[in-house]
Amino acid sequence: MVFLQTLSIYLIPLLLVTILVFAAIKRVPLYASFTTGAEDGFMTAVRMIPHVVAMMVAIAIFRASGALEGVVSMFTPLLHMLSIPAPVFPLAFLRSLTGAGSLAYTIDLIKQYGADSLFSRMATTIQASSDTTLYVLAVYFGAVGITKSRYALPVGLLADVIGFLASVWVCLYVFGDLNTGG
Amino acid sequence: MIHVLWLGLIVSGIVVAAVEGRMEAVTQAVFEGAKSGVTVCLGLVSVMVFWLGIMRIAEDAGMLRAMARAFRPFIHRLFPSVPPDHPAMGYIVSNVCANVLGLGNAATPAGIKAMQALQTLNPTPHRATAAMCTLLTINTASITLIPTTMIALRMNEGSHAATDIVGPTLLATVCALVIALLVDRLAQYTTATKQKPSKIDAS
Repeated sequence: MVFLQTLSIYLIPLLLVTILVFAAIKRVPLYASFTTGAEDGFMTAVRMIPHVVAMMVAIAIFRASGALEGVVSMFTPLLHMLSIPAPVFPLAFLRSLTGAGSLAYTIDLIKQYGADSLFSRMATTIQASSDTTLYVLAVYFGAVGITKSRYALPVGLLADVIGFLASVWVCLYVFGDLNTGG
Repeated sequence: MIHVLWLGLIVSGIVVAAVEGRMEAVTQAVFEGAKSGVTVCLGLVSVMVFWLGIMRIAEDAGMLRAMARAFRPFIHRLFPSVPPDHPAMGYIVSNVCANVLGLGNAATPAGIKAMQALQTLNPTPHRATAAMCTLLTINTASITLIPTTMIALRMNEGSHAATDIVGPTLLATVCALVIALLVDRLAQYTTATKQKPSKIDAS
């Protein structure tokens, strides 16, 4: 697993150098290109705020009330069997349903347990390794008026479940020995 | 769908809080939640600004096109029903490559254009074709080389090794994609046997 850790450290600097050198050879106006794209990035982050606030509040209420704990505890035997830590389990549902919701839950988890805890690493890996299936389906099929999606939804949801389990198990394997599970 | 979930979380949370006598904690959670929603998003601004700036440079340098050329033969194998010179193929390839680079803003328009081009090959306009389902599968499994938002999120919350999730993410997402594509192909064959052979070719 040293390979995965080395890859993680080198990937970004290498990509950065490759892009800049390649673009310079192609005579791209680097500075102007950067600022145009950067403006987009600003707007993207700001446009997220209403969605994340809406979901943060709903999830905060659900957790503070004790309802979340109640729901999760019903699944304890299953979670134990699959070695899924209870705090990351809600993401198994939220990830497929709502991008803002799963992001909000991940933020909540990081605030609770710290950014370098095993739970936070798992949650961010889950979050990064799949997309919101319902949203993708609605946008892509909606754009061309497809109403019969056939097996696309079950396959998309299956991809989410596999992504979730793979994230949990890979993180357990790579980061499990850190013993920072919060 | 989303508004039902949202309503359900809030209402059931408040009802449970009333029963359990935790109303004070819930009131506090409302304001704490709203506050951290804003501060976290604002915290992401720095990374989004920088990364999307760099990615625009990559796009202007034609890296998306260069990558598309390199990946084309591979991606074409995943869509045997789409003729290689059909415009849909070009859009599919740029959609996949934009996803890999984490260019959400470029991936979605390319994906929609790909769907529209695939629709011209569709003999049954309201029913998804096999190629459409495959494209959807790839997009829901979303292979991303660098999960920028998640790295930024951890960095802002004081992580000492925010990028250490890159490797695990890649491994997890490849697992999900490979299995999903296999199942997609399996579903394609099992549903195709129920149709006339001419329809399989067309889809």
